[in-house]
Parts: sequence; C-alpha cells; structure tokens
Amino acid sequence: MRVRLRNPDRTVEVSGPRDVSMLLQELQIVPEAVLVIRNATLLTRDETLNEDDEVEVRPVLSGGSGP
Amino acid sequence: MKCKVCRQHAVIDVRRHNAGFCRTHFLDHISNQVVRTIKEFKMFGPDDRLLVAVSGGKDSLALWDVLVDLGYDVTGFYLDLGIGGYSTRSKDACIRYADGKGAKLIVRNLRDEHGYTVPELSKLARRAPCSGCGLNKRYEFNRAALEEGFDILITGHNLDDEVATLFGNVLHWNTDMLGRQAPVLQERILTAGHGAQKVMVKKVKPLVKIAERETAAYALLKGIDYVVEECPMVEGNTQHKYKEALTLLEEASPGTKSQMYFGFLKKAAPRFAAAPEDDVELTACAGCGAVTIEVETGEPMCSFCKMKALAHRRRADSLPAPSIRKPRT
Ligand code: SF4
Ligand SMILES: [Zn+2]
Ligand SMILES: [Zn+2]
Repeated sequence: MRVRLRNPDRTVEVSGPRDVSMLLQELQIVPEAVLVIRNATLLTRDETLNEDDEVEVRPVLSGGSGP
Repeated sequence: MKCKVCRQHAVIDVRRHNAGFCRTHFLDHISNQVVRTIKEFKMFGPDDRLLVAVSGGKDSLALWDVLVDLGYDVTGFYLDLGIGGYSTRSKDACIRYADGKGAKLIVRNLRDEHGYTVPELSKLARRAPCSGCGLNKRYEFNRAALEEGFDILITGHNLDDEVATLFGNVLHWNTDMLGRQAPVLQERILTAGHGAQKVMVKKVKPLVKIAERETAAYALLKGIDYVVEECPMVEGNTQHKYKEALTLLEEASPGTKSQMYFGFLKKAAPRFAAAPEDDVELTACAGCGAVTIEVETGEPMCSFCKMKALAHRRRADSLPAPSIRKPRT
C-alpha cells in the first residue's frame, strides 16, 4: 500500500494486508500523535488495510506558542 | 470498533474516555465538550460579541466552526505574520473557510501595523522567532479586540497546548506563570486620572478539554481545509518537544494529560495565584496605553513597545549612513 507521510511530505510503500496499529508500529509512529486517513475518512487502530490501499498518516501535534 | 452511542462503525477512538465514536456522534461529542467548558468556566454568554484568533490551523478553524454552528456572534481574526509562503497559505485557508461558511473575518498584517515580519523581528531583536511572535500576537489580538469593540477574545489553545505549557512551567518552576495559567483571564480596567479604561479584554480558551488529535479529527470530518504544514520557524521549539514526551506518556497511560492539567487547575493553581500583597503597581504604557508595571524612574513602557523600539533602532543602525561628498580641494 502507499502511505503518505507529512512534514515533510513523502510517500512510502508498505506491504499489506495489515491493521492500522501494525502499520504504525512498523513506521515507529506513536498512534496518539497521528490520524490515519483513507478516502477522506478516519480509521481506528483495529481497521485492516489492504495491499492496494492509499492511506495518509497525518501528524496532529503542532508547535509554537499556540494560535 | 463500535460507536459508544449508536453501536455503528466507529471512525475514531478517544482512549481517555474509553470510547469510540461514529462521525455524527464524534462531532456532537466535541461540540458538547466545548459547551460544557464555556459553562463550567463562565466564559461568555449568548449576547457577547466574540473575536476568535484564527491561524489557519486545525484548532482555531475547528473552534470557529463549532461556535458558528452553536449560533454565537463570532468573528475570526487573522494576523499575517509574514512568514513567507506559510503565512500566505494560512491566510488563504482562513479566507476560504470564512467564504464557505459565510463567517465574518478580519485580516491584519503585522508588517503594515508595525513595520516588520516575524522573521525580521527575530533577527532585529535577536530573540527566538516564537518568543517575539508570541508577544506580538498577544498584543495584536488584544488591540484588535479592544479597537473593534469585542467583549471576548477567544483562542484555540487545546489540552495538549495547555499541558505542555504547564509541564514547561513546572520544569522551570516558573511560579509566576503557574499562578496565571488558566482557561479564563479576566479583563483589566485601569483607573488613572480621568476615569476608567479597559486595557485588556477578557481572554478564554474553550478547547482546554479537547486534545489536539480530536480537533484535527473534527476538522477533517467536517471537511475543513486547514493548513497541515508546520510553521517553518518551529524547528527546535521546546513546546513541541514537551508535547512529544507527554504524548508518549498518554499512549502508555490514556488520561495522563487531562489528569495533569485538570488536577493542576483544581489542586495546585490556587496556591500559585499571586497574593494581594505581591501585586505590583500597574499603570498605562507611555507608548501605547497598554497595561504595564509602574517603574521608579523614567516612563513606563510595556514589553511590546520595548521590543518594537529595539527592532526599529537596530534597523536604523544597520542602514548605511548617508554618504557625505568630500568637497574638492
Ligand atoms: S511556530 Fe513560532 S514563529 Fe511560527 S507562528 Fe507559531 S509562534 Fe509564531
Ligand atoms: Zn454513533
Ligand atoms: Zn506599549
């Protein structure tokens, strides 16, 4: 599957099927720090991703002194 | 995973509430949390004129959206900080949102107002970008709210922001700051010479019960096209490092962040509140009239005016002196 990562923008290929928690573990990403998005909707950790899926792993922690 | 409310398919898990939610019930949950926060901390009422500071990021746009949907009289305020393409894209996101929603938006530009951008200010004042930026934003938000006659200034600080600030203040035992860290800061009126004048508008943070991951999810599920990219100046920002550390703790033990923050508000904050005898004399800044600390000698200047004067002085010093042609002999 194609996985889009942000800040900086890049894409990595990961073999499927596997569930969201396994994907994040493999990419060494803390689940609480991201949203996993497929077709403009959100996926929970137990959701299964297929070989031909395109997903985005979007970080949610922002820096600076707030808005 | 199933929605806690309707048992349909869940799109998000909120582990500290031990619950999953479908889209509809998650959006309801966020809106309800905001309503509860506004009531619990007596933030504002239905007749108040609200100004919400928006950055184009997920938190402020999500908050603006919740408040518009709840029917409040709320206007967005965007301050263009002049941080290259990042600021342009952020401003566009705010304008796009306002146009799509039919919401009111005020835009100001730091360079037009004071003659510098955030990157320029950082160089001139020789301060980290975020510290100069933070001071200028706080000042400009308050000034805009006072000038445009708003009752309340709202910011999108979320649970993660507040707990990271608290963590930093505890690490450095910044007791003054601990005494002032609250979801509501009351307005300030100065009574000097001829009558009373409001110098600081009431400031509130209705997202303190909501984690950053949830504001991002709200924005995404509502189709709000927020700016995902980070400000390029954020590199090495300590607040960001604290958030990463706290998120590791939250992952291991859901609820840690909210326990730390709300435990602080309830059990510790009152102990740090300034004792009346510690209260320093406040007065109006000689430069702009903002509230500042009374000084023994010379004219009182607020920290914003000091920084602005320093930046303009340094810029003048760095300009080449006008050349004087030597008379021919
Ligand atoms: S990251 Fe720093 S410089 Fe950038 S907008 Fe936030 S406070 Fe300002
Ligand atoms: Zn539901
Ligand atoms: Zn001043």
